[in-house]
Amino acid sequence: MSQDQGAGTKKEGIPEGLWMRCPECGDMLYRKVVEEALDVCPKCDYHFRISARKRIEQLVDPGSFEEMFDDIEPADPLKFVDKKAYKDRLAGEQKKTGNSDAVICGKGFIKGRPMMVAVMDPTFMMGSMGSVVGEKITQTIEAAAEEGLPLIIVSASGGARMQESTLSLMQMAKTSAALAKLDESGGLFISLLADPTTGGVTASFAMLGDFIIAEPKALIGFAGQRTIWNTIKVELPEGFQRSEFLQEHGFIDFVVHRKDLRNEIARLVDFCGKPESVR
Amino acid sequence: MSQATRSDVAGTTPGAPILKQIPSNNGKASVTRHVLKFEEPLARLENQIQELEALQAARQIDYSKELRQLRTNYTSLLRKIYDNLSAWETVQVARHQLRPQFKDYVEMICREFRELHGDRHYGDDLAIRCGLARLGGHKVMLIGHNKGKDTKEKVQCYFGLAHPEGYRKALRCMKLAEKFGLPVVTLIDTAGAYPGIGAEERGQAESIARNMMEMSRLKTPILTVVTGEGGSGGALGIGVADKVAMMEYAWYSVISPEGCSGILWKGAENAADAAEALKLTSKHLKQLGVIDAVISEPLGGAHRDPHTAAHNLETFVAKSLREFNSFLKRNSMDDLVERRYEKFRQMGETLKPKTNIAKAAG
Repeated sequence: MSQDQGAGTKKEGIPEGLWMRCPECGDMLYRKVVEEALDVCPKCDYHFRISARKRIEQLVDPGSFEEMFDDIEPADPLKFVDKKAYKDRLAGEQKKTGNSDAVICGKGFIKGRPMMVAVMDPTFMMGSMGSVVGEKITQTIEAAAEEGLPLIIVSASGGARMQESTLSLMQMAKTSAALAKLDESGGLFISLLADPTTGGVTASFAMLGDFIIAEPKALIGFAGQRTIWNTIKVELPEGFQRSEFLQEHGFIDFVVHRKDLRNEIARLVDFCGKPESVR
Repeated sequence: MSQATRSDVAGTTPGAPILKQIPSNNGKASVTRHVLKFEEPLARLENQIQELEALQAARQIDYSKELRQLRTNYTSLLRKIYDNLSAWETVQVARHQLRPQFKDYVEMICREFRELHGDRHYGDDLAIRCGLARLGGHKVMLIGHNKGKDTKEKVQCYFGLAHPEGYRKALRCMKLAEKFGLPVVTLIDTAGAYPGIGAEERGQAESIARNMMEMSRLKTPILTVVTGEGGSGGALGIGVADKVAMMEYAWYSVISPEGCSGILWKGAENAADAAEALKLTSKHLKQLGVIDAVISEPLGGAHRDPHTAAHNLETFVAKSLREFNSFLKRNSMDDLVERRYEKFRQMGETLKPKTNIAKAAG
């Protein structure tokens, strides 16, 4: 399910250099201009994939983010080895990103409204969910319930992490169960889906928001496109598994441009957040 | 029973549903038709036994001593092979053509079964079957994947790969069970949820996520047994339970060995390595604490002796349901639900001990 890890697309973060090419419209763009536009192509509105750190920088009021649960680090419970040992893979990803695993959690303010925030990192092993991601997200959900704060989870993930096998799978049950508790406490959960959100992440917390919103043209689905193609051998329809496709089929509330995210989230909190969390 | 060849088993249990398709007068065909690669030495021995039996009958010579020796050899070889199954061989046993399926178990262990159809939204998915059942002296809501036996049935139920309407039907029936105080028993046997256009359009991911969320707080006991294949979210979509067990030769994993091999080894030919790495056998998963119990299978797997397999399953289900009852005599339903939450809350392994939220948030 989860395992195509964003199959069909090879859209890494913004490449290094002064100039860059938009993978969508092919235009040469001046890096600084793109960054000022929140990593969106000024010509065609293509939304680049961004790291969790960058997302937090863009989403949360400057200086207000307080990271939590960052002492939880990945183990290698299965001693998993494919072409490369999981242990080494982890070390490489940690060195590359400076993060211990594929999610960053904490408390922050969005337009002055306090909330619990969990942001997945597509630059760390395709944002895949193993025990650490599941545990940190669960603790963030629990903190939201406990403190009566709105919860926002930004998903960007290839799905459950193969290298922790069934333990990764169980994170789907764990996070979903925690959301049931948050739901019962009357807590607000806004699920923001970014490119890509697939597999076991889509099939758990990402699809359980009170509100589910998505950035334009994000790949969102359960099965990877290669898996589907291999099974049915039928040409996939235009725009299949993109945000707009999901909205059309009734699975997300609305598609929102990156520049409008803060406003839209603040609005949802004003309508539905618990009184003490709304200013 | 265990040392019997398959044709012998058929002979001792006439009319058993699973065995109907094994022609009892032509055991040889059934043996050679579904032989797994690592079972080939067994098949050869089986053939020798049959040939000698035929010779004995034709020539009126007493080969009973030789036959006894061959049967002894057969049993010890069978035991040797099945005591040392690799993860990949286990996967093949779990997928065996003759392994009992949902409908076989229903016939063998349910005193009554009233199937319920449809998700009340879109359709009826035959990959997941639901119904009111009497099982081990209990009234239950029985839910499970069905893969199908012949080509027609397999196509009808998409080889046991469920669509969103299957998961939604299951949830609808679980809610019914909650309302009317019936425990839920789910039997998992699927390679995964169906990967297709319609499934995505109708919200495959959402249906699985919703089921997990609702199962985690369903106010009635839930028991899950992985009877064959436990393929990823497609399995877990009916697998959030108070107690989770696996049949001895079932597998349960985040992805199929072939899928994992395709991605991490860039080709399907390393499926055996992937199966090993994924730690997907009942023994491993019991050690990891992902499952609570392993239900033993007859020597040589459930496909050799479906009735013993069904009997073991029934015994386990009955015992577990009695345990739920006695728990609920001493505790409230909320306690049961909380215990279920805690069970899944503990899943996973990280380097740092799980921190206290209050402390971490403080």
